Amino acid sequence: MDDLLSVRGLEVEFATDQGPARVLDRISLDIGPGEVVGLVGESGCGKTTLARTILGVLRESGGTIRGGEVWFKNRDLLREDPGLVNDEVRGRAITFIPQDPWGSLNPLFTVGTQIMDLMKWKSPRRHEQIRSAAHGPALFHRYPRGRRRADREATLEILRAVQIPEPARALGRLPHEFSGGQRQRLMIAMALLPSPDLIIADEPTTALDVTIQAQILRLLRELVKERSVSVLFTTHDLGTAYEICDRVVVMYAGQEMESAPTDVFFHRPAHPYTRSLLDSLPREDGEIRDIPGEVPSLIDPPTGCRFHPRCDRAAPECKTRRPDVELVGDGHRVRCCHPLSVP
Amino acid sequence: MTNGVISATPLLEVVDLARYFPTRNAFGRRTGWLRAVDGVSLDVRPRETLGLVGESGCGKSTLGKTVMGIHTPTAGEIRFLGREIGRLRGGERRRVARDLQYVYQDPGASLDPRWKVARSLHEPLQIHTTLSHGDRAEQVQAILRAVGLPDAHLDLYPHELSGGQQRRVGLARILTLRPRLIILDEPTSGLDVSVQASVLKLFRRLQETFALTYLFISHDLAVVRAMCQRLAVMYLGKIVEVGEAAGLFDEPRHPYTRSLLAAVPRIGGRRVTQDFSLEGEPPNPREIPSGCRFRTRCPLAQEICTEQEPPLRQIDGRLVACHFA
Repeated sequence: MDDLLSVRGLEVEFATDQGPARVLDRISLDIGPGEVVGLVGESGCGKTTLARTILGVLRESGGTIRGGEVWFKNRDLLREDPGLVNDEVRGRAITFIPQDPWGSLNPLFTVGTQIMDLMKWKSPRRHEQIRSAAHGPALFHRYPRGRRRADREATLEILRAVQIPEPARALGRLPHEFSGGQRQRLMIAMALLPSPDLIIADEPTTALDVTIQAQILRLLRELVKERSVSVLFTTHDLGTAYEICDRVVVMYAGQEMESAPTDVFFHRPAHPYTRSLLDSLPREDGEIRDIPGEVPSLIDPPTGCRFHPRCDRAAPECKTRRPDVELVGDGHRVRCCHPLSVP
Repeated sequence: MTNGVISATPLLEVVDLARYFPTRNAFGRRTGWLRAVDGVSLDVRPRETLGLVGESGCGKSTLGKTVMGIHTPTAGEIRFLGREIGRLRGGERRRVARDLQYVYQDPGASLDPRWKVARSLHEPLQIHTTLSHGDRAEQVQAILRAVGLPDAHLDLYPHELSGGQQRRVGLARILTLRPRLIILDEPTSGLDVSVQASVLKLFRRLQETFALTYLFISHDLAVVRAMCQRLAVMYLGKIVEVGEAAGLFDEPRHPYTRSLLAAVPRIGGRRVTQDFSLEGEPPNPREIPSGCRFRTRCPLAQEICTEQEPPLRQIDGRLVACHFA
């Protein structure tokens, strides 16, 4: 397997008062080394749940994994020893950029304290002494001075890379002294510091203004390409996905509907849902086209193809047959009984 | 008025409007002013949709709220239907609300969870009109149908409706009074594209049915382009450019408008991440730069920009505040 991350047939359920809601329905997803993959879809389609399952923090939000595998560097994270995943994968090999940096920074501590606290546990240099200090409560673990100095140097270098002015002084500031754009730059820096193989970015630019968004997107793309880090970028904004991604996967009601290289996805979509989604973007001539109907309930999803009640190409067959994902072109996969013709 | 194309008298006229907020130190003493809206003049014509765009913190919402009467103006005039309303108080001001309504981001969130839809829709009519119960019920039904909901929904509580339906009820509540001007404050932010499209469609249909005029406040330029006939661009409390939407998008005159448009991701076109050049972030509104407010980020800035604040000048039927436009 040459993929860095390979999700196979993942099924996740949430218990609700009305019964179990199948939020992820046999999802498969591959991310190659250095690839930026966009995960798009409407709210409630399961993008965040997928991101959380990969990170291994699903249980905190109340979901249950019913089946499937998450292969990361030839290890199944779902069946691996949780302590080992916590130590070597989460926050180390896979890091996270949140939508809202406010939720991830403690307002009472300086940015420097918080970054060094992260580095104490997740620094790429940590394995050099991990075994000697691995017993006793976390509170008493030492942070050797030599490593601390090296980590601080690395931190300053990354802060320069994300263009935080005066990095050394910035470390002594509190989170509220930074603007929203700068806080997001700090989150990018913190996600890069442990030298990860994969960054999961959950709508990282949704809360920003367009001019700042353009700056952050450019910065993020440059930094991850330089370091050949893979990124799973979830967003509901198709324009952002077009900007930053090498490949785009679109999800609908817990299933992946289409996956294609960015240019193919936007210019020659094969799934009617992808086309409707692109058509519903505001157009320059002022015409507005919406998708009739609403996102289906995940407790009692439609039979057959999940998109058929809203699809303009739906045939009687779509109501009964559950389409499988099929390859229609180079790296172009579609889940549809009657895909649009692909030249 | 910008040009003679539309001769109708404006429905709303804002003249040199300012709204300052005091900034205070830890002891509650005033240390200065935050000039959120600083000398804005604008007119909204009957039945048009005027877009008001700008980055967060530029004062677009403060402007909307000052027009609505949520904030009192520090200086300047607000003329609505030919009448100064900025200084009205009490009952007089409340009567203006019949014709002038404000829609927050999610109009559904302003419904009382313990009231049935019918009661929520009757309330504005009870306050502002002397209609009998029967007449009110008739009007409420008509409005509910106009926003695309069945009569049966009158007997439901908000939690029994989906988010989109709540939104429609919220809009219906605003429409029951048949206002002339509606201020829409970020009505689509945080919505998925498909939901956004149906909300925009609904706004359009209602505008036709009820002859509405919209002041459309948004930071989403693609949405504004699809919805508005005219556009006003704000930066740090000032208007920097006003003009017909199509022309403004095709050929922006102010360097800020140009950067703003260049930052919008355009599917199928060149990528913004490859050649977007605007550096830095908007300055702190407590410390507004001297002269032109945009000069700290402007690629064209020269000495004159630090010394003189450029006035809004008329150039080819458009208003632009730049020395080099």
